[in-house]
Amino acid sequence: MRKPTLNRRALLAGLGCTAAASPWLTPVTFASGTWENRLVVIILRGGMDGLDALRPYGDRDFAGLRGRADQAQPEAGQDLDGFFALNPALAGLMPLWAAGELGFAHAVSTPYRDKRSHFDGQDVLEAGGAGLDGTLRDGWLNRLLQSYPAVHSETAYAVGRGDMLLLKGAASVANWSPEAGLYGLTPQGLRLAEGLMEEDPLFAAAFGEALALSAQSRRMGAGDEALQGEAVMRAMSDSAGAASKGGGHLQIAGFAASKLAGPARIAAFSLNGWDTHANQSRTLAPPLTRLAEVILEMQSTLGAHIWGKTAVVALTEFGRTARLNGNGGSDHGTGGLMVLAGGALRGGRVWSDWPGLSEAALYERRDVMPTRDVRAFSGWLMRDLFGLEKSFIERTVFPGLEMGADPGLVG
Amino acid sequence: MRRLNGKDHAAALYKIEPFEAFAARIARVTALSKIRRADRGSDAAARAREQIGVEKRRARKAQQLWLWQALRRRAHTQDGLRERLAFFWGDHFTARGKVSVMKRATAPYIESAIRPHVAGFFAEMLKAVTAQPVMLHYLDQKASVGPESVAGKKTSKGLNENLARELLELHTLGADGPYRQADVTGLAELLTGLSYSQEGVFGFRPDFAQPGAEQLLGKRYGDSQGGVAALVDIHAALEDLARHPATARHLARKMAVHFISDRPDPALVAAMERRYLESGGHLGEMTRAMLVHPAAWAPEFVNVKQPIDYIGSALRALAVPHEALGAQDWKAIRRVFAVPLRLMGQSWEEPLGPDGWPEGDADWITPQRLAARVDWAMNAPQGLLSDLPDPRAFLGAALGRNVPEALRFAATAAEDRRTGVGLVLASPAFQRM
Repeated sequence: MRKPTLNRRALLAGLGCTAAASPWLTPVTFASGTWENRLVVIILRGGMDGLDALRPYGDRDFAGLRGRADQAQPEAGQDLDGFFALNPALAGLMPLWAAGELGFAHAVSTPYRDKRSHFDGQDVLEAGGAGLDGTLRDGWLNRLLQSYPAVHSETAYAVGRGDMLLLKGAASVANWSPEAGLYGLTPQGLRLAEGLMEEDPLFAAAFGEALALSAQSRRMGAGDEALQGEAVMRAMSDSAGAASKGGGHLQIAGFAASKLAGPARIAAFSLNGWDTHANQSRTLAPPLTRLAEVILEMQSTLGAHIWGKTAVVALTEFGRTARLNGNGGSDHGTGGLMVLAGGALRGGRVWSDWPGLSEAALYERRDVMPTRDVRAFSGWLMRDLFGLEKSFIERTVFPGLEMGADPGLVG
Repeated sequence: MRRLNGKDHAAALYKIEPFEAFAARIARVTALSKIRRADRGSDAAARAREQIGVEKRRARKAQQLWLWQALRRRAHTQDGLRERLAFFWGDHFTARGKVSVMKRATAPYIESAIRPHVAGFFAEMLKAVTAQPVMLHYLDQKASVGPESVAGKKTSKGLNENLARELLELHTLGADGPYRQADVTGLAELLTGLSYSQEGVFGFRPDFAQPGAEQLLGKRYGDSQGGVAALVDIHAALEDLARHPATARHLARKMAVHFISDRPDPALVAAMERRYLESGGHLGEMTRAMLVHPAAWAPEFVNVKQPIDYIGSALRALAVPHEALGAQDWKAIRRVFAVPLRLMGQSWEEPLGPDGWPEGDADWITPQRLAARVDWAMNAPQGLLSDLPDPRAFLGAALGRNVPEALRFAATAAEDRRTGVGLVLASPAFQRM
């Protein structure tokens, strides 16, 4: 802190206000009416199997690769267009499809190739460059924010524990995890803590916001206000354990939506549990169900008006092998699936230059051949939602990307 | 400083596996993977697969136990500076494993390559780091092949510039240092050959090494051995980089930002830089120059503690006993330390990039991260101590004589010990240093 302590105190004393009302908490008002739309980016960590999530049952090689004759025909009510069908675990999204609020880009990937490591694949996905050469330290969503002159501390939210490279960078980003939050404090303890924080502007501002956020967001469970001591540590640890398996997703979606209903324009979070190396018929349904629930939770929390201005995009680091392995699962692959939803979307479509699944059509004779860069879709989405220049996206947000033809995602 | 130049008692008392021992884990997994691949579908392969899972779980538990060791060092050492320096330089040379048991190798890497050099010459640390499998793996040096090398002519593999770029940008000259892309490429060509075996043992691979001389910052390296690529040429370049004035400036500033203030007094940085250059790049001397400078002790320059410093200093203030948690109770370590660190924004040994943890106070004191600190302060100490101290007495242990009036009041007014102790630990005064 550079400011002499005395001045700090004088300022606070002079204003005579508590942390909750202090001037550091007031977000800057929007400079203009731009950026009315909302963007939600979900990172599906572990590598979603696009071929199983959105099944190309119309491809004559599909059933053979998957060793599942029953998948050659879609189940009732899950056929999208006579070629692609939803995985049954996504069936809850059918009304959105019918309303034109759900779409997919199939056989897409980042520029990452060949080593198929989660770690590197996610880095490429979130940094938004052509590869891992150390030239990009920040995430593409943060670079998008850097372009926005009226950005304030609540324009973008990273929701959930841990950092996301996607939002790392020079632009300020808020972060909140719904289960964080001031447990084991009695009302008197809380008042005393507030008084302590007032001594230090940085702490006062953060604590004031933490108080407001923890009051808003849903907690770990019923009766958690009474928890204290080791019980809190246990509950947090259990909740973290559940989250690493994909739980807590509804709280995260609900919290993100509540912020987007206010001044936030961008939210990002992760969903885990996609690394289905074995027993895929059982292991893929839970994360797909959670993804569908998250989208529906956002729709209902946002309400029709804001949902109409919202686009949700779910991205994964890579697709999986076209063929199932000996354990009924799939291994790390290349081409994959991007899920798009939201009232702003011109959906009801699968954007795909479908490469086919014959042995020769596969990438390295094993993976779905990627036919387009996922960044092109993210790029067009940002252009449509926020009116960004194409050249800015190709130069700054996704350096070196050629966005290609406009897929017409929004409208 | 006297202690820092003496024996490393804390490391002897609270052991963390050195990388040389950790390599045995890598070797075991390599051997098991060979069995697994040799005869897929066989019983032997199935057993090997299971055994690989066991190795991974063991390494994951070990990583938690080493976190507890690192915290116990902080809680009980007579030589706190050494712990903070080891953390700082480990972060300066951020490296982490990306696959299998290698993911758990960070603490062993720091123990072997960083800790022995924190009060020595920077060039020695630089040489140790570039001979470290974790770093060679993390920044893809192992995959870098000289295009004109024996291996390069045979395969389509080529140069990988990742380590070379970070060496210049992050580890030595700094992002605003006097180098260009041609220097990155030159250094990348020079570094070819740095590698390690499947058993996790460093080695120089002449068949990967680009033959001939390379240019770096206007100087030729790589032909001292009559055209045969050799480690000694790489070391010559690293020694020159270590002594470069831009490196002195970069390291002095970074160290002052970490230890003193987000905006350190320029005179302090200049004094550190000068001492570094005069001493031929000696980190102990630069550290001393920082500590004796009056600006280091100015009361208005106080950094926010990073989460690991915060928890470490809290354990020290609370005098948490050696055996507060069972040495093998990795679940408790996860619950009381690893999960809270994650919520405070410092997922242990998982920084997002090679630039390591952020240094700005505002990066750490966000609503969520501050809430996590307050949660820890209010709820964790109870499980670590059989009897919590009297909050009024605890003020002295935590803050010495510099107790703000408002905090003294709060500690007295708290309705129970748990809240009182928690308030002391949650106070801005304790969270800064």
